[in-house]
Amino acid sequence: MAGSDKLNITPPRWLLAELSYKCPLQCPYCSNPLDYAKYPHELSTDDWKRVLSQARRMGAVQLGFSGGEPLTRQDLSELVRYARELGYYSNLITSGYGLTEERIIELKQAGLDHIQVSIQASTQELNDHLAGTTTYQHKQEVAKLVKKHGYPMVLCVVIHRQNIHQMPQILEMAENLGADYLELANTQYYGWAHLNRDALLPTREQFEKAEKIAQAFKEKVAGKMKIYYVVPDFHEDRPKACMNGWGTTFLTIAPDGTALPCHSARELPGLDCPNVNDFSIEQIWNESKAFNFFRGTDWMQEPCRSCDEKHKDFGGCRCQAYLFNNDMYSTDPVCSKSPERHRIDAAIASAREASLAETEKPLVFRNSKNSKQLF
Amino acid sequence: MTINPDQPISFSPMHRLQWEEAQQKFVILYPEGMVELNQSSAEILQLCDGSRLLGQIVADLEAKFATAGLTNDITNFLNVALQNGWIRQA
Ligand code: SF4
Ligand code: SF4
Repeated sequence: MAGSDKLNITPPRWLLAELSYKCPLQCPYCSNPLDYAKYPHELSTDDWKRVLSQARRMGAVQLGFSGGEPLTRQDLSELVRYARELGYYSNLITSGYGLTEERIIELKQAGLDHIQVSIQASTQELNDHLAGTTTYQHKQEVAKLVKKHGYPMVLCVVIHRQNIHQMPQILEMAENLGADYLELANTQYYGWAHLNRDALLPTREQFEKAEKIAQAFKEKVAGKMKIYYVVPDFHEDRPKACMNGWGTTFLTIAPDGTALPCHSARELPGLDCPNVNDFSIEQIWNESKAFNFFRGTDWMQEPCRSCDEKHKDFGGCRCQAYLFNNDMYSTDPVCSKSPERHRIDAAIASAREASLAETEKPLVFRNSKNSKQLF
Repeated sequence: MTINPDQPISFSPMHRLQWEEAQQKFVILYPEGMVELNQSSAEILQLCDGSRLLGQIVADLEAKFATAGLTNDITNFLNVALQNGWIRQA
């Protein structure tokens, strides 16, 4: 493993524990890798406990249990209890599927701090279509139960062209459900969302209109509901400061134990992402090739290398650079200084064309059958 | 929203105040976020346990640090804390 002594390595603060790739839903924008079906192996309860202890010792404190659907793990409460004892602030990121009142109480007693429920749309018809499962009613129930049992209620809605017209109704739904936090997550185009981009990417007009509505709502509910608005970077001219800088803050562990500097890093070539069954979290974080790959700024090319904004956005997202430019060292194509910006503009134009076409290309849903067919 | 001096101040049940050994400081944890506190902010917030009024918090801290004239600083900080939802009154 390559050492790096010249960099000042900060310890991880956020641990994302992807407990399982199993999920009863089939969202066509799922951020799981397209080939997830290739990794059916899951870490054992003891493996996860070891990971939690090691990361906590280094300073990780925010913990997200996600997936797939983390509720598919029978040992979830046990892991929540263990995390609480270690002092984590833990979050269950769930579709709500299979979440009963009994389980909500059990998780609360185990020490879970909050539950983030995702809803696909503001109507049953669209929600169930996007989820590929009948879930709308149950999700509404779950949201109410989360609130009833004293958790801060975080509602998450992923925004894209199929539901962006529902923005006013989505906001109304969040208000009616009494959400304490509302995450309006404009789709990030990785994994399945990348595959379905022509059908998901909103036009600039749609995006601007929706943003204006969300902005006005934010002011209206200030002090009552906190809105996290995740921007769709395609329509910006600067990239996001991806992961707050590579290997500075976030640590993701995939269901099979692969440690990832970001949840799409698995798709980058030659990173050799290490597995928690072979190395300790400390070794992985400090010494592994993958976590040191894009630390600091030495790896950058022009125009990033001599740009005075490089400490602000770290050159953007490596996965986006790879997906668009086939060069993971290049400037994020979202940036207007990138010579490849035209590729983003072409993607926007292509999606707009698809939206005007008489018959839209069907969505490819996220499920094992499609995952296996794609590879 | 400002602090009412006649009502006890408690820490929000929707947030968690905790000592972080790795960072050697107190932090406030909440969904998707974390605020690192300096020592004086942490001292103040630890007294927001639902049993004290503003005046008592000031008196306790002035006694603890053998000083006087903290009223303004503490009130200002608590107003910010209230606006951020870290503390609440009845
Ligand atoms: S995005 Fe949808 S399909 Fe993917 S893990 Fe979440 S709920 Fe399941
Ligand atoms: S050139 Fe690179 S560092 Fe400069 S703003 Fe664009 S992405 Fe950021």
